[in-house]
Order: sequence, then structure tokens, then C-alpha cells
Amino acid sequence: MTITYNRIARDGFWNNNVVMSQMLALCPLLAVTSTATNGLGMGLATTVVMIASALIISLIRDFVTTEVRIPVFVLIIAAIVTIVDLSMNAWLHELHKVLGLFIPLIVTNCAILGRAESFASRNAVRYSVFDGLMMGIGFIFVLVLIGAMREMLGSGTLFANASLLLGDQFQFLEMTLIPEYGGFLLMILPPGGFLALGFLLAGKRLLDRRITFSEKKETRVDLSMPEQATS
Amino acid sequence: MSTVREPSYRKRIGYHAGLLWAMAAICSAALVIAYKATDEDIKLRQREDMQATLQQVIPARLYDNDILSDKLDIPLDGHVMAGKAMITVYRASKHNKLTGFAYQVTGLGYAGPIEIMLGVDTSGRILGTRVISHSETPGLGDKIEIKKDDWIELFNGLSLGAPSTEKWKVKKDGGQFDQFTGATITPRAVIKAVRQGLEFFQQHRTELVHIDNKTSVQK
Repeated sequence: MTITYNRIARDGFWNNNVVMSQMLALCPLLAVTSTATNGLGMGLATTVVMIASALIISLIRDFVTTEVRIPVFVLIIAAIVTIVDLSMNAWLHELHKVLGLFIPLIVTNCAILGRAESFASRNAVRYSVFDGLMMGIGFIFVLVLIGAMREMLGSGTLFANASLLLGDQFQFLEMTLIPEYGGFLLMILPPGGFLALGFLLAGKRLLDRRITFSEKKETRVDLSMPEQATS
Repeated sequence: MSTVREPSYRKRIGYHAGLLWAMAAICSAALVIAYKATDEDIKLRQREDMQATLQQVIPARLYDNDILSDKLDIPLDGHVMAGKAMITVYRASKHNKLTGFAYQVTGLGYAGPIEIMLGVDTSGRILGTRVISHSETPGLGDKIEIKKDDWIELFNGLSLGAPSTEKWKVKKDGGQFDQFTGATITPRAVIKAVRQGLEFFQQHRTELVHIDNKTSVQK
């Protein structure tokens, strides 16, 4: 299978999405997505780690032997996450307080080691970095989507505290969609996370099915009668 | 890896070990650099956090000193509060006269310790309290947070004598404090911790107001 930027982009964002297809990183996903901004912050931190680790690992891939590759990769990823954590504590302090324990937990995010092992350690630097970027973007997409769902249903707001993450210019993003909303507490607690994730996964399967179905329809030759849609 | 032919020296154990050693050394160096670069800023942020918390329990107009540097560590002897061995008291003063004290007390909540910052004036009357951290149930016990409810402001102006001891309880137990529907243990824990904080202040008041030749202001 030839590697192209196009294929990497499509895989990273949709076909091989970290959460929706590979089903990785579910723990931080569920814990952090009580608001859309938290999801976005976590996603950005994870993407930085993904790109940095992809860059470094693909740079040294010719020197690392199979026997010790896992300890080496984990060491590199842990060092990068620690640096990100220290930087956030120093310069993005409010967001750091909100995300709390989940920044160090990025080390345990299977997606990062997974991409390092299956892509970055086997491919050129430019492809690896792009793959890290696209996987990260796919992850951010899911995080923000689920975060927004849970926040809107659970607290009636959207992008609350956006100014903490993006700076004061983005305060306009903080909206209260339903004023005086009592709040559907379940959505902010863990069960709500599972529910939102379940619906998202089902939605993706449905969408994929529609896409394949419409592709099949286009290529079918209408002279032959026997088979109707098989999918 | 991507190279098809691996040179034979790669298979030696020395190479594996050397590689790990080198990676460890490089990562350690990177971490030391990162630590040094961020250490000052992190300490600054922590001071800012503490300042912000203290300002919520002692109104800013009451002091003009650098409250974070005027602090005393008081050991808890026989007056153990949720296992704490020591309390750090920050002293506020205006024009070199003591006006208030802020310190952290711990309560035993439903799901773990509740950290409370307490601010009192020189006579032991509460200037303000804030819950700094807790693990209580969202939607039920978390009304002790100022963001969720004004309940914590009920303590303003109270002292050990007013109200009397029997009234320092939730309404359910015959006291004067509102409880939360479905969460009685949480407010009980906060009330108890605040009261213990006041008792601590009374016990150590002489120590606190007269150290370092600062004269106190009687109110």
C-alpha cells in the first residue's frame, strides 16, 4: 500500500480514527470531556506529544533495535509528556489546574505508543510527523464533539472557560445555550460519557455504511438484474 | 525497523544496553533543562494561586503587607485535625498592625478530606471561608463550593461564642446551618472543620498576635 499524504490524512481523521476505529484512548476521553474546552485542551496537548514523539522516533528509527524498542519509545514519550506538563504548569496554569492529573496520564495513552510502533518507527520523518498530526486532529475532533454533546446536555453551556485555553480574545465562544438550565447531571458523570461515546460510534458506523452504499450504487452496472444492495 | 540488512554489531548485547543508556542520558538531560526553565514560573504561579485564595477569605482592603511572607507554622499538639501535624497561619496587617489571619483546616467529608481556607480577624470572628478542594458528589455535596452555591458564606461574621455551641450544627441536628437534600455528611464535615479551626485560633491566639513585636488591633 503506497503511502501518500492524502491517505494518511483520511486515515488519521476518519478511516483509522484513534477513538472511532482503533478504539484507543477511551479512558482520558471519558474523563476529560465534561466540557468542550477541556476536550480541546487535552486534544491539543496530546497532539503536541504525538507530533514530537513521531518526529523523534522516526529520526532514530534506524538506530533502535527491535529488542529494546518499546522501552526506548516509552522513555521518549514519557520525557515529552513531562516537558509538556511542566510547560503547562508554568505558562498555561489555569488550564493545567483544570486538566489536572490527565496530562501526565497522556503517557499511558495507547494511541501514542501505538502510532510510534506501527507507523513512526517504519516510515520517513515527513510521513510520520504528518501521521502524528492527522491522528491528533482526529482525536481532537472526537474530544470536542463528545465534550460539546455532554456539555450542552449536561450544563446547557458550550465552550465554557474557552478564554482559559485560548486567551481573552476567544471569550465570545463561551455561550450559555439554555439559561437557567437545571442540568442533566448524568451527562457530566461517567455514564454520560459512555452513552455519548456509544452514540458517536453508532453514528460513525451508520455514516460509513451510507458512504459505502452510495459508492456501490454508483459503480453497479444497471444491465444486470439479480442482486439488490448487499450491504 | 526499516533497514533490511542489520549490521552484525547491532545484535550484540552491548549495543542494546548502550542504546538504552544513551537514551536514558539524553532524556534525563532534557528533563533537567525543562525543569530548570520552568521552576521559577511554576513557583510564581503557586504563589499567585495562594494569593487569590487568601484574598477570598480576608478582604483586600484589610491588609497591605505581603501576606505570603508573614507566616507562622503552628504545630498541633493533642489537637489533631484529620491527622494534620501542623497548620501554617498567614498573617494580614495594615500599617504594621495585625488585622487578620488565614489558615487551612481539613474536614472529613463523605468521599475524602475537604480542604477549607479560613480567614478570621484578631478577635476570632470569621472574615470568610472557602472550600479549596474536595471529592464530594457532584450535584449533591458540591454545594459547599462557592461557584455552586452561596452556602459557604453563612459562616461570615460568626465566632465561637456566636452562635452558641448547640447551634454550630446542621438544622437536622438542632443547629442553625442549612443542610443539603441528600447530602448531610458533607455540610456536617465543613461545619465541624470550621469550628475546629476557630478553636485552634482561640488556643493559639496569644502566640499569633504577639510574635515579632507586631501590635494587634482590638476590634
